Amino acid sequence: MTDAKDFVAGVDSNAKRSPRRIVFITRRTSAQVKAETEEQIQTFPEVLFRAAVAIQVLAIALVWIALVFNAPLEGLADPSHTPNPAKAPWYFLGLQEMLHYFPPVVAGVLVPGLVVMALIVIPYFKVNIEADGLFLKDRQRRLRMFYIVAAVLSIFLGWFHVVVALIPTLIMAALMLVASQSSPKSSSAFRRYLAARPLSYWIMTWFLFELVVLTAVGTFFRGPGWSWVWPWQG
Amino acid sequence: MAKTVDQYFGELRETRVWRSIFRSGTGSSTLKRAVAIQQNVFLHLFSTKVRTRVLGFSATWYLGTLTLGTFLLLVATGIPLMLYYHPSVPQAYADMKDLQFVVSSGLFLRNLHRWSAHAMVFLVFAHMFKVFYRGAYRTPREFNWVIGVVLLLITLLLSYTGYLLPWDQLAYWAITVGSNIASAVPLMGDKIRFLLLGGHAVNANALLRFYVLHCMILPLTAMFFVAIHFWRIRKDGGLYSHSSEPEVVRARVANGREDENPPSRKIGEKEDTPSTVSVKEEQ
Repeated sequence: MTDAKDFVAGVDSNAKRSPRRIVFITRRTSAQVKAETEEQIQTFPEVLFRAAVAIQVLAIALVWIALVFNAPLEGLADPSHTPNPAKAPWYFLGLQEMLHYFPPVVAGVLVPGLVVMALIVIPYFKVNIEADGLFLKDRQRRLRMFYIVAAVLSIFLGWFHVVVALIPTLIMAALMLVASQSSPKSSSAFRRYLAARPLSYWIMTWFLFELVVLTAVGTFFRGPGWSWVWPWQG
Repeated sequence: MAKTVDQYFGELRETRVWRSIFRSGTGSSTLKRAVAIQQNVFLHLFSTKVRTRVLGFSATWYLGTLTLGTFLLLVATGIPLMLYYHPSVPQAYADMKDLQFVVSSGLFLRNLHRWSAHAMVFLVFAHMFKVFYRGAYRTPREFNWVIGVVLLLITLLLSYTGYLLPWDQLAYWAITVGSNIASAVPLMGDKIRFLLLGGHAVNANALLRFYVLHCMILPLTAMFFVAIHFWRIRKDGGLYSHSSEPEVVRARVANGREDENPPSRKIGEKEDTPSTVSVKEEQ
């Protein structure tokens, strides 16, 4: 780069000419630009093609299911004849299972309301942004908190005889105990994995576990009067 | 010599009518392909380019795409079903029987609609958990996560309102069980239930309300939020890939590991210029 100017800066008052943008670059002040050059592909047509293939595969699978299995259709709605059990759609059967144990205002309003609130605020809490293992920092205090929360939750569920919710809770608590006794230097890959899980992972996994178990129990294991029925008992 | 399909298509794209419809013009250069996305009112919701790595199956399992697929299937089967359906008691149930025994492919249409609806509820949940476990809700994607939660609720409501429409025993009692929960809301529970059902019990008014919600209000609301959901993916920096996040890039630079995968390029680097500006390309 030479010091000699190879441009002329001036003011042009001719309004009919389109303005030119001039950039002045002097020595030693050039910005260092660091651009990510991760490999990318064009949305049109490559990505759209992949999406189309994915949707096509799904459509074929669903068409096949629709050809083989008929949608259920029972008799005409009859308000004077209540089927036993009367079941909600499958994705609400977890809720209906809870309604079996708790009053409607708790199981039908409070719990789903709290779940929705909890889902909405996930990205706004720092604890969910942290990616460090739960028991790696501030270990003693967090262990104490974990013992208290796990004990209170288990006693509460046991008190109301909510066995179907208690079992997943105990399994998750056992896994968290293993995690607390593991470190990133543990010899087994599974324990290294557990040790690195943050708090948000444990809460969400517990929620997923409960959701799956409660929904499955409500769908397959509940018969007349919401009594326990094995699927093969018809 | 016979022309190939490509040549015919190429000629078609040169015609005045075609060019008046599609603003992006002809040609298959990178620029033209980018313009094809950017200049299209629907496709401009998406980025013109996508990082190859996040398109691998393991990154997303394509759950969002598949959810959109079920939604499209539901619209495609739902509209023909509307042609054969009267939201009145007991005609609604007779229409189910007609679909089953009289209408050509009526049974298939209803089956596909029903199973697609179940698939959509399942896929929305799966999509949510996948996004959570990837940590893709982190800044700047917080609000898109919130929109996702809204879409989850809309999906549940869509499925729930559709559940009543066949007007059989299954539908009637499932909605009765569900709407009884609404009356458990403190203070205004019975009012909410009355608003939802248009009466004190599940009856013809409830059927009409659920029909309007299911075929009009909820699908339009869903489309509105889906559009924002897609648009925010682009505005928030494209599909989430952890190693492209600004803080990860900064940390990599700070640790002097900038040569690790993914490769980064330096423009005009000098030894005596300490400041680094990390530039993320606008998607």
